[in-house]
Amino acid sequence: MSDVWATVLALALASAAIRASGPVLLGGRELPEWIRRPIALVAPALLAALIVVGTFTGDEGVLELDARAAGLAAAGGFLALTRGSMVVAVAVAALVAALVRLAS
Amino acid sequence: MRAGIRAGVPIAFASLLLAISFGVLAQPVMGSVAPIVMSAVVFAGSAQFAALAVLAAGGGVAAAVLAGALLNARYLPMGVALAPSVRGRPLRRALVGQAMVDASWAMASRRGGRFDVGFMVGATLPNYPAWVGGTAIGVLAGDVIGDPDRLGLDAIFPAFFLALLVVETRRGNEAVAAAAIGAIIALVLAPLTPPGVPVIAACAAVLIAMRPQREEPA
Repeated sequence: MSDVWATVLALALASAAIRASGPVLLGGRELPEWIRRPIALVAPALLAALIVVGTFTGDEGVLELDARAAGLAAAGGFLALTRGSMVVAVAVAALVAALVRLAS
Repeated sequence: MRAGIRAGVPIAFASLLLAISFGVLAQPVMGSVAPIVMSAVVFAGSAQFAALAVLAAGGGVAAAVLAGALLNARYLPMGVALAPSVRGRPLRRALVGQAMVDASWAMASRRGGRFDVGFMVGATLPNYPAWVGGTAIGVLAGDVIGDPDRLGLDAIFPAFFLALLVVETRRGNEAVAAAAIGAIIALVLAPLTPPGVPVIAACAAVLIAMRPQREEPA
């Protein structure tokens, strides 16, 4: 088997196992209040981290400030000013990032 | 689930564009069939991009799989958060876990750490054909599209996650604090740790964000 196919297969198995583990091992059980409170905060913490990593890092995790940041700022401004739809915010981000790249 | 499917359409749209850029970038490295199969069986954007980057750089299978798995490791804490809301037999719970995608998972989170599982599965449904089909489009039309970053496609998911984060932070100050601390953790760790680690470590923000309130007298 080639390296490419071995990677595809192994990563598929690993991803399926990772996604299954929480629901299979802990599924359907009521968790006590002291653990439910932090769980409610995982989503904002995770989303913020995904935004930061997706916007400000390049290869090898090097911090970068480029067209993606301009796109994100434009989307943020759009959301703050209009409370408009997600799709339009996403389109604004792509458009601004593309324009910044075109200009630079 | 129907409400979830409706809410999933914008995610599918964003995924389609990201998948096209994955297909464009993967085709020269992986050939024409493997990227499409990978999208169908791995179904995880950041993990696929990470594995592709390792393969493109000439790294081995082990390094590529490790990079991908590390980026998907965030589904461990996400799965733990989801677990209490997932009912049924182990096989059914394992299948529900496969429907975890960042955006649909985040949109299905409700007050008090609960999740609307039907909503999440619904929101992921349109995403699957978009992800696999978009990869195929990218593979086939790569020559026409050229460099996907030129079109600003890499700005799409940060913007999408920002829109989701705005919704989350309306739930109160603890959510705002968790987001701010999570962002700082990720920013500090990004240059220091392998890809994937910063996002998982950012989950620790939850504990820091909660502490002040716990110390207040009831």
